[in-house]
Amino acid sequence: MTFISNLINGISLGSVYAIIALGYTMVYGIAKMLNFAHGDVIMIGAYTSFCMTTYVGMSPVVSVVVAMAVCTILGSLIEAFAYKPLRKATSLAVLITAIGVSYFLQNMALLIWGSTPKTFSSVVPNSSIALFDGKLIITYESIITIIACILIMVVLTLFTKKSKMGKAMRAVSEDKEAAELMGINVNVTISITFAIGSALAAIAGVLLCSAYPVLVPTTGSMPGIKAFVAAVFGGIGSIPGAMVGGILLGIIEIFSKSYISTLLSDAIVFAVLILVLLIKPTGILGKKITEKV
Amino acid sequence: MKAMSKMVPYPSNSIVPERDIDKRPILETHHLGIDFGGLTALDDLSLTVGRTEIAGLIGPNGAGKTTVFNLLTNVYQPTRGDIMLDGKSTAKKNSAQVCRMGIARTFQNIRLFSNMSVLDNVKVGLHNSIKQNLFSSLTHGFGYRNSEKKSRERALELLDFFNMTDMAEAEAGSLPYGAQRRLEIVRALATNPGIILLDEPAAGMNPSETSELMDNIKKIRDTFNIAVLLIEHDMNLVMNICEGICVLDHGKVIAKGTPDEIKSNPVVIEAYLGKKKEAN
Repeated sequence: MTFISNLINGISLGSVYAIIALGYTMVYGIAKMLNFAHGDVIMIGAYTSFCMTTYVGMSPVVSVVVAMAVCTILGSLIEAFAYKPLRKATSLAVLITAIGVSYFLQNMALLIWGSTPKTFSSVVPNSSIALFDGKLIITYESIITIIACILIMVVLTLFTKKSKMGKAMRAVSEDKEAAELMGINVNVTISITFAIGSALAAIAGVLLCSAYPVLVPTTGSMPGIKAFVAAVFGGIGSIPGAMVGGILLGIIEIFSKSYISTLLSDAIVFAVLILVLLIKPTGILGKKITEKV
Repeated sequence: MKAMSKMVPYPSNSIVPERDIDKRPILETHHLGIDFGGLTALDDLSLTVGRTEIAGLIGPNGAGKTTVFNLLTNVYQPTRGDIMLDGKSTAKKNSAQVCRMGIARTFQNIRLFSNMSVLDNVKVGLHNSIKQNLFSSLTHGFGYRNSEKKSRERALELLDFFNMTDMAEAEAGSLPYGAQRRLEIVRALATNPGIILLDEPAAGMNPSETSELMDNIKKIRDTFNIAVLLIEHDMNLVMNICEGICVLDHGKVIAKGTPDEIKSNPVVIEAYLGKKKEAN
């Protein structure tokens, strides 16, 4: 029974990683840049939801919507002010800017909310389902997280496959210049990708802090890095890849915590990444990149 | 309109001045030129393409033909001169805006979205003619379904025009070469242009495919009532379907006129074949 319970916890944690990884992977796929500030958008989302429930007294569900709105605006602003002017710059310049934005957000949060940890009250009812005479306990929080992840996955897949904007995104990701010559506004497409990724980050932030309720300005960095690992693990640029990578990463982390060592769990996660990249450099579902000669 | 008809002050520069002297041309360039560093890639190009004209741009390799296309679609910004599309200047516009103004193109080396289906490639071309808001496409609302249906119908209609409906669901990158070339034309037509630029449409085609292409180009002009400007090395195609031809060499216009005039022009013959050879 502990095995099943660990598995469910792993899938639940992995779902959060998957939702964050979707943001990384979509932005990478379309703008070909690694947005290292993505993890800190999660933190802002969680703080927003915290403030809305604690100080304004909103219901948890409404606070999530507000957090999504705030993060969407924040994501678009970051894109407009930090990344858009660098559209034609080298990828290294953009990467360093992203790290700068990440520190900026962390320190801004430090100024606003201080360094004392805030206790995040879960947005999900704090109870659980007991199965098999109480041998298997599944929290509502895990169930909601997994359902949210599946829902987001389905909506996003349909969106990119079918809708006009989704097709524009895929076109931009394949050939920016040709897409522009077909009348697609590349800048708008990239901004919308950032907006969607940031809205997802808000959901991830709230779900993450519902499970691990300590909220500090650096809350987003470790999950952000792990989600980045998940995105690379699954094949960066691929939406189903982010999903598979995220969930596998969550399961590996929880299993190594409960069967091997709590302290070593992060080391094991990154060791697995190195192994995967040695065997399959493009990640599990990544497409083979053929260099144009 | 009256004022616009004055937009043809360069009858001598016009490719076919006889045909559209009374009509507003779809495309005009006035003394267009571009320098790359110290190199003048194109200089003093003035041409006029009539509303339903098939015009050709020819010249030896490196003459600057594709540069002209890149200037017309604002991939490059001109150093000198200006471009008027349907009477409006395209200066300070980006490629997407110029496309929306009514210019579409294909590429010398095929640039399809090769991981997307044939149908989706055409739908990307339809991007600006389909209204769809972000919210309804995330929630699959009524407006979304309606617009998707319309875009699908239109895309299939365009594919049918080139007998490609049976390939609609195939991945664009997996199509045979000739079909990929046709798909590029369909995708360009989907943007609803007033003029379509074809960059070496017959490259790599066999004679029977080329003759089919010639019929298709005429069909495009007659069905969509648009102008066609093409770059081509296949002289048979150019001389057969173009009504006006402009010859470039080393970034300069060396001749303009009807196919017959071009064929007998000694300057053109020299540019293509070198100095007149000894009589044999």
